[in-house]
Amino acid sequence: MTGRVGRAQPVTTIVGRPPISPSEEGTDASRRPRLRFLPRVNPVTRLAAAILVTTPLLFTIDWLSAAIALVLQLALFLAAGVRPSAMLRRCWPILVAAPLAGVSMLLYGRPAGTEYWSFWLARITDGSIELAIAVTLRVLAIGLPAVLLFLDVDPTELADGLAQVWRLPSRFVLGALAGARLIGLFLDDWRAMAMSRRARGIGDHGAVRRFATMAFALLVLAIRRGSKLATAMEARGFGARTARSWARPSTVGAADAVLLAIALAVAACAIGGAILAGTFHPVWS
Amino acid sequence: MSGTVSGRVAPAGVEARGWGWRHAGRRRWAIDGLDLSIAPGERVLLVGPSGSGKSTVLHALAGVNGGAEEGESVGELLIDGLHPADRRGRSGLVLQDPDSQVVLSRLGDDVAFGCENLGVERSEIWARVRDALDAVGLQLPLDHPTSRLSGGQKQRLALAGAIAMQPGLLLLDEPTANLDPAGVAEVRDAVSRVLDRTGATLVVVEHRVDVWHRLVERMVVLGRDGRVIADGRPAEVLVSARSELLAAGVWVPGEPLEVGSARAVAMPDDDPLLLGHELTIGRSAGRPLLAEIELAVPAGASTVLTGPNGAGKSTLALTMGGLIRPLAGRVAAAPSLARGLGADPARWRSRELLSRIGTVFQEPEHQFVARTVRAELGVALHALGAKDSAARIDPVLERLRLDHLAEANPFTLSGGEQRRLTVASVLVARPGVVILDEPTFGQDRLTWIELVRLVRELTDDGVAVLSVTHDSAYREALGDVRYALGADALAAGRAA
Repeated sequence: MTGRVGRAQPVTTIVGRPPISPSEEGTDASRRPRLRFLPRVNPVTRLAAAILVTTPLLFTIDWLSAAIALVLQLALFLAAGVRPSAMLRRCWPILVAAPLAGVSMLLYGRPAGTEYWSFWLARITDGSIELAIAVTLRVLAIGLPAVLLFLDVDPTELADGLAQVWRLPSRFVLGALAGARLIGLFLDDWRAMAMSRRARGIGDHGAVRRFATMAFALLVLAIRRGSKLATAMEARGFGARTARSWARPSTVGAADAVLLAIALAVAACAIGGAILAGTFHPVWS
Repeated sequence: MSGTVSGRVAPAGVEARGWGWRHAGRRRWAIDGLDLSIAPGERVLLVGPSGSGKSTVLHALAGVNGGAEEGESVGELLIDGLHPADRRGRSGLVLQDPDSQVVLSRLGDDVAFGCENLGVERSEIWARVRDALDAVGLQLPLDHPTSRLSGGQKQRLALAGAIAMQPGLLLLDEPTANLDPAGVAEVRDAVSRVLDRTGATLVVVEHRVDVWHRLVERMVVLGRDGRVIADGRPAEVLVSARSELLAAGVWVPGEPLEVGSARAVAMPDDDPLLLGHELTIGRSAGRPLLAEIELAVPAGASTVLTGPNGAGKSTLALTMGGLIRPLAGRVAAAPSLARGLGADPARWRSRELLSRIGTVFQEPEHQFVARTVRAELGVALHALGAKDSAARIDPVLERLRLDHLAEANPFTLSGGEQRRLTVASVLVARPGVVILDEPTFGQDRLTWIELVRLVRELTDDGVAVLSVTHDSAYREALGDVRYALGADALAAGRAA
């Protein structure tokens, strides 16, 4: 940079150049998996299918029903085009939670049969081992469809389905949909608030106190943003007495019936298999 | 232009007779005794001081002021002779904040939203959507994500959403206040195209008269109490009500600003107070915005940084301010600024940063942490452990004309007052470097002049000020040292 002594008019210095970006474009599009069959199914039907598959599994605590359900689910999702890598990436919280649940059962599950190890309240027995396996498999069998069925669901399409197919009140569904879009803005707000607290000399406080004050400030901002959004929506006629029309039709058809049938079949195999093998163990017994 | 479905609409007329509105729980009427008659097809610019109730009128006309639980009204306010609540869809409203008006995540769906609420038939909706997007000049796919639009594009999207409802009355509430010059022109031109095509009535509230005065045929000036004090052709009103307009902070075109101009500084080559060397900046690792930045901020002078939207101006400012770590390169503070600390501001503790580099953010609301204006200033002094806090707060409050608001809640202040407060809360810690991110965005003329004078006073006191801005008048007044960002920054700098 050269000195500018004695110049009458300030000079503009051009600085910076565009960086050589490592990965251009295509981040969102390429990350979104291409699935077979499932895209033809209405999102609300997927919700129904997830409920159908998982609810029966909540009624029994045996390992076989969960194992059958899990194996069938894995086969079906692989057939639908979900790659194992995508499964691992999307389901990691469940993959972490399942063994944790299993370990606690292993140590503290109702003791039965031979005892292998004990320490204070913790006892590992035949019974607790079986319970641990059953619970681990169960968490996986319930978590997997809950995540994978919604892998490529667009929130707008889900809202369309909830309002048009399930006839939930449109005011509620669309309000929630529009509100959910603000979450991205809240992340930006949070970052900006964190920086401004550092700039203002109060960034050295303990993490707990800082989190509490920032959470409150974010709440205030969220309410303000929300009411602005509500005004904008109302100005566009939202909440009017006129019957609403729908720009995007949301329908159900043969594909939806097929998915429900598959879900029912998986649940029936799981529970039926356990009853036949004699491992069925209802939670109420 | 396709013009298959939309096209002309029946313009709406507006009639206010002794109309007033008071928000629930307030003692003061936001607006009172408004008498105004707007003929169908007229284009009206509504100006007045902040607090004169301009926005309240627009919101009432759009039917979004709410019912009896939100406030009470007197007199009459009518669209086509009927109450606005009974004329839903007759008016379309565009608000100031681009981010808070996007309803749905895809472009086409967002435009369709209003039509759906009015019960328009599906095939007709999509024809209207395409027409509206064409009219505002948004040539993007219907499934384009709304989150990836610029501020100007978001405002044009809001405009498209409004006109797709085919309103006879278009209401704009400071639609360009949050935009850069390119965005302002985009939106203004879109409005002009839309009006030529539809023939709708227009009421726009805005203190930047120069943006709109050629597009409107009538200008109405409200006084502080909300009564009409001038009404007529813009050219005439600008002359006859000149002193009232200036007192209200309205940007009267051609009026000199009297703030002096930038001074070329003698900058020693190797002794800036704050230096950015070979910087690569970005908000997250692996996503650099700009590389190879050399930036020197000298003491006792004002440095102004311009550049196109999205080039990374704010990111650079925050990096220089020790709030974001550079992805490569280094930021170095001179020993006189670091006062015993290391040269890298990003490694200073928050409390140490406070009295060395003060940063004023673009959004005042991100910055407020206290419940009163006085407490907001006390935050910094408390962090510094200063004992004479009252003695240090009062002069700053007075200097920024905030003394009468000392006990007010920061969130209830006007835009100009909030900006002054954020500046005051930084100045009270007496930092050696002050960084301002878009300090004049959306400000009225009075606040603008005040801010520019204040920055000059600071540099006269030896403080280094670094401003990031789109504002060409600001750069003329304060660009002692000037930088423009990025490869196409030169062109953008000229346009700004």
